[in-house]
Order: sequence, then C-alpha cells, then structure tokens
Amino acid sequence: MIYLNAFLFAGLVCMIGQIILDNTKLTPGHVTTLFVVLGAFLDIFSIYDYFVKIAGGGALVPITSFGHLLIHGALKKASELGFMGLAMGMFDLTATGIVSAIIFSFFLSFLFQPKN
Amino acid sequence: MEKNKYKDLVSKHTPKENRLFNALLAFFIGGCMGLIGELLRDFYAYVLDIPKDDTSIFMITTLIFIGCLLTCLGFFDKWVNFARCGLIIPITGFAHSMQSAALDYRKEGLVTGIGANMFKLAGSVIIYGVVSAYVFGIIRFLLFGGAI
Repeated sequence: MIYLNAFLFAGLVCMIGQIILDNTKLTPGHVTTLFVVLGAFLDIFSIYDYFVKIAGGGALVPITSFGHLLIHGALKKASELGFMGLAMGMFDLTATGIVSAIIFSFFLSFLFQPKN
Repeated sequence: MEKNKYKDLVSKHTPKENRLFNALLAFFIGGCMGLIGELLRDFYAYVLDIPKDDTSIFMITTLIFIGCLLTCLGFFDKWVNFARCGLIIPITGFAHSMQSAALDYRKEGLVTGIGANMFKLAGSVIIYGVVSAYVFGIIRFLLFGGAI
C-alpha cells in the first residue's frame, strides 16, 4: 500500500510542477524554489510529517522534502537549546544531500568531458 | 503587411505543446521516481539492517549519485528535455543542475570556474529553503514551542 501512496504522491507533486511550468512564464528554477518554500510552509502544522508517514519515500524524493528536512532539523535543535538552536540545527538533516552532491559533482567533473 | 505574414508563419511552425500529455508524463515519471525511492529505502533496511528512519539518507545519496553519473554520461539532458518536471522536481534535478554547472565551467579554472559557478542554479534552492525554514521555524517555535 505504501508503494501505491509513494507513486501517487510523488507523481502528483511532479504533475503540479509541470502544470505551473506550462501555464505560467516561470522557469524550472522558479518552480523548484517555490516547492522548497512550500515544503517548509507545510511543516508549520506538521502536515508534511503526515505525508512522510503515509507515502514514505514518495514524499522524501521530491524537492519539497528539502524544505521539510531543513525546518525539521532546526526545530529539533530549537526544542533542546531554545532560540539559537534554529540556526544550529538548520543543516543537520540536509547536510548529507548537500555534501554528497558537492563531492560527486566535483570529482566526476574531472573524469568526464561535457557533451554537446 | 509583411509583419502579419511573418507572425502567421511563425505561429504555424511553432511546435504546439500538448499540456495534458506533459502533465500525465510528469505524473508517471515522477511517480516512478517516488516508487524507486521507497524501494531503495526497503532495500537498504533489508540488506544493511538499519532502522527505517535512517534509510532516507542512503536513498537520497544514491539518487544524487545516479543523477550526477547519468548527467556526466550525457543521458540526463535528453531525459530532462523529455520528461521536464518529472525529473526536475525530484532530488535528481538538484544533482543535475550542480553537475552540469560543474562540467560546463570546468575549463574556466578550478576557483573561478567550478568554485564560483557550481551553485549557480542550486544556490537559489538552498538560500530560499534556509530563509523560509528560518521564518516558518520562528512561527512554529512561537506557536507550539518547537516540539515535533
């Protein structure tokens, strides 16, 4: 059942993005930024936590989960250490994604020539 | 007179985008990406025997590596042109934007090329993510005390 939910949720998020991209003049960069902000916004009332619970990986794959993980780490530290914890814990959960993206793209760019 | 003719000619030869087809294609490809993510989580939980909550880190790292590698091999640009948001919205789009920037600007040097341009497209995601997470985090912290 969780596989069906994952398929439907991730597909729905991508379809909304495609509809926004087709019917407005926004570029793909605008759409991804909009979705990150949306993911952080949905976490104010723990809505995105519910999506992760029912859709599993389907809710973690779209870029909306990036905003969700940012605010999630920040609030976790903030509940322990107070207000400054917001800044301390901001990159706790997303660090893996950012660091691995930097490392892979840096070293792979030496191994390959740009196509076209 | 000439202008109108020219406009007619242009509008006749502009490829018409089938918006319904694009939306359904993005739904299908994006859904498959979500399915792959969930399958990878189960795979890592079963093979490496780690708690289900920690598998998301492994899954995201794997997808970023696949995105970077396919961009380097030259497949991913064609696929992105075909599937559009189906591949841009998942985390592979983030990896793709960083990898293509690193490949394109490599010949301008290590610092002024790769260092200065790698976050050209992905930077806005990080900046607006942090700003919005901070603002919404303050709201949440004041309303509910930060408890998850």
